[in-house]
Amino acid sequence: MSRWEALKDLRQSVSAMVGLVLILLIVVVAIMGPWIAPADPLIPSPLIRLQGPSVEHLFGTDSLGRDIFSRVIYGARISLMIGVISVTISLIPGTLLGLLAGYFGKRIDSIIMRCMDMLLAFPAILLAIFITAILEPNLTNTMVAVGIVYIPHYARIVRAGVLSLKEQLFVQAIVHLGGSHGRILFKHILPNCLPPIIVYATLGMGTAVLQAAALGFLGLGAQPPSPEWGAMLSEGRQYIQLAPHVAAFPGAAILILVLGFNLFGDGLRDVLDPSLRSQ
Amino acid sequence: MEPVLQIQGLKTRFATKRGMLTAVDGVSLHVDQGETLGIVGESGCGKSVTALSILQLLPKPLAHIAEGKILFNGQDLVKAKESVIRDIRGNQISMIFQEPMTSLNPVFTVGYQIMEPLKQHRGMKKAQARQEAVQLLELVGIPEPTARIDDYPHQLSGGMRQRVMIAMALACHPAVMIADEPTTALDVTIQAQILELMKKLQQEIGMAILLITHDLGVVAETCHRVMVMYAGKIVESADVGELFTRPAHPYTKGLFDSLPKRGHIGALPTIPGAVPSLLHLPPGCAFQDRCTYADKQCSQVPPWQEVHAKHGVRCWHPLEEGI
Amino acid sequence: MTLGYISRRLFHLVLIMFGVSVLVFLMLRMIPGDPAQLLLGEFANPEELESLRAQLGLNQSLLTQYWIYLRNIIQGDLGNSLRSNAPVAGEIWVRLIATLELSLAAMFIATVVGVAAGVLSAVKQRSFLDYASMFLALVGVSMPIFWLGLMLIYLFSVKYPILPMMGRITLGLEVPEMTGLMVVDSLLAGNGQAFLSAVKHLLLPSFTLATIPMAIVARITRSSMLEVMSKDYVRTARAKGMAESVVVLRHALRNAFLPVVTVLGLNLGLLLGGAVLTETIFSWPGLGRYVVDSLAGRDYAAVQGCILVFAALMAAINLAVDLMYVFLDPRLRVDE
Repeated sequence: MSRWEALKDLRQSVSAMVGLVLILLIVVVAIMGPWIAPADPLIPSPLIRLQGPSVEHLFGTDSLGRDIFSRVIYGARISLMIGVISVTISLIPGTLLGLLAGYFGKRIDSIIMRCMDMLLAFPAILLAIFITAILEPNLTNTMVAVGIVYIPHYARIVRAGVLSLKEQLFVQAIVHLGGSHGRILFKHILPNCLPPIIVYATLGMGTAVLQAAALGFLGLGAQPPSPEWGAMLSEGRQYIQLAPHVAAFPGAAILILVLGFNLFGDGLRDVLDPSLRSQ
Repeated sequence: MEPVLQIQGLKTRFATKRGMLTAVDGVSLHVDQGETLGIVGESGCGKSVTALSILQLLPKPLAHIAEGKILFNGQDLVKAKESVIRDIRGNQISMIFQEPMTSLNPVFTVGYQIMEPLKQHRGMKKAQARQEAVQLLELVGIPEPTARIDDYPHQLSGGMRQRVMIAMALACHPAVMIADEPTTALDVTIQAQILELMKKLQQEIGMAILLITHDLGVVAETCHRVMVMYAGKIVESADVGELFTRPAHPYTKGLFDSLPKRGHIGALPTIPGAVPSLLHLPPGCAFQDRCTYADKQCSQVPPWQEVHAKHGVRCWHPLEEGI
Repeated sequence: MTLGYISRRLFHLVLIMFGVSVLVFLMLRMIPGDPAQLLLGEFANPEELESLRAQLGLNQSLLTQYWIYLRNIIQGDLGNSLRSNAPVAGEIWVRLIATLELSLAAMFIATVVGVAAGVLSAVKQRSFLDYASMFLALVGVSMPIFWLGLMLIYLFSVKYPILPMMGRITLGLEVPEMTGLMVVDSLLAGNGQAFLSAVKHLLLPSFTLATIPMAIVARITRSSMLEVMSKDYVRTARAKGMAESVVVLRHALRNAFLPVVTVLGLNLGLLLGGAVLTETIFSWPGLGRYVVDSLAGRDYAAVQGCILVFAALMAAINLAVDLMYVFLDPRLRVDE
């Protein structure tokens, strides 16, 4: 498949490589967390509350005297996990629904897509807020909520891919040769829909991290004392006048990770999906 | 009498991924007032680039004029300031393009697009320009011009759109009109109408026309003189009658042979091979690989020689016999 | 024909809103516990509970309950707020205007700055300016705006206190309400001081909210301009002797604007969703903050009202975007 060989071109894409470096940086930090974090992320030290950045505490300390540097390091795990799990939650049902809608068409298509339209009728974050509020605010439900919200996006992309493939000769030939629906869908159509899915999933990681952090910030996501970056920001908000560093560092970490996914996703899109190539 | 437009030793280069490419390689020509000069050649021979070079409409920053002079009434356009060229464009020299379907802006009415140069170059106010635009539409044979003037391009047929393009080009009574494959995208019957119109308008206004085409039929119909272009160079130049009766360059002859003739049955002969890539031209004559007359001498650059009066050819072995 | 198109779109809109109402209704019923208790809070007295139960038809079938619910919505009755006991519809209306002011200002900033950056980048393709603005745009797309808002507050309200950090206008400068839009009202009242204060209050939140749409608009404008600039009709405009500024800003931009409008429409959810975060950070008394506060206070009547209004707003603006498209592209105007 020549489209996969095109992946080699990724190395030439500056944005993709910078993005990859940023992502890998955070991944390494997440894996190495316990070894590189100088302090425990959860144990308060009331004597050193709200201290600015210093040699002992690179990013300073928060309102309970915890080392923000260590908390940001531990937060990397949470954010990466949020990205992966949320995207999986939207990816699998979204892909299945898109395959069904595109392949069978007619009534199945309109029922599925009208339902998707309904989910799309809300601002994404609002729907996520609503879902977490109903389910009870915590980290797991944040991931579920963010996942559900983006199901329609995948369904739409996959459906569009299936529709264009269905017209192509090879699929029609297999249908005439009497291939089973399942076989045609998963062996022939799905693999050909993968490139846009991969691109969208990469960009979606960034979006998921951002949305989950927003929920955390609103107090509807991960709950204290979790070192989730959004939740840390929510705490930092109260001290923005006294100790801006409490909010500054976790927010910068979010920006870096999301920027990484977006840079890499943009590069992937240029390589895998030439129809969307920006000039 | 001084020609209106004169090109001397024009070289236009393109920067491509695989190196610098000379699309127009030392072209010289002139057009007199009231005359129609045709430039014929296959696609990619540099005839359109020559046309675009004149008004400096080349795609920037890929293409640039490397050498040569383009003299309009004695003024060198290559050296002229952008503002000077802008005053000439659409005013003293105007241009029409191959694709009437895409050459008009889809979001403005045709009237607006015709009025633009009138306002720009002739300083007309809106009402006056509108009146003039109606007359122009009438001149180019568009029925019900007062109604059509408020139409958008998509509401008109291809032939009508090309008439609009011509009206636009004529708006400021130009001294020269450059027509780049003006009829290629049109049906044969519409083609004849458009050519007829151009001929009629030329007689009325007395402008010079530079007609770029790949179609010898179009040349026969409209031109006074012809130049044949191949791989960026002019390979033959003569009056229309002369060229059609006594083509001297093997390439020109090949073009004629591949035209259908009355009473001819069976497959038409074609020129063997394909136009060579401008990045990998053979040394000497660019046509040698496709030429049945080619020999060792042809790997030297052929000289320009006059075979008859006002009939020049760039070939080591110009053909003697007529058709 | 255009009328037919609009009515088809309106029908679609009604259909979506119907679906949305079903969804919201079901979600509220999914919350464990007695809906009446939920809507009235844990300290409600038994008589109140009983009367609301009867009013909502809670002992009847789900279908009947939905019917009652739908009838109330259509009559503009979104129930009473648990916290203030006032009708939710009225509370929402006041806040909706505040959100509108913020969103309009953000939309304005996003469009003007985004289009300008995109056009400049396209015209000066591969220049330092191009690379710099496209990098900034990518950062903008990746921005956690709740963080950006906080940092802006720190910078412009704490470190260099030149702009207010919360609210819509300085206390004591309130002007009589005409449109509800503070900036417009103060102008109508001819109160320069109030106008200045309103604008200053609007600056940080609207810029924060504008960040992501601005970045998206810049990126789309650039790629759309690059495509349009190579079109034949742009060459025609040049061949007519039009000044480069006319070629770029009139002939090219008018065409390049179509995809920009589409993308703006598609990202409307981002803008409205962003309003929830922005309003929370800057204590802007709008709908977004109202939702968050209502959720915190378990005021479900208010929450469901807000969600419905947000969805209606999205649908309405999407329709507006569609109509704008028809206005911008004459090819979509079908003749009789």
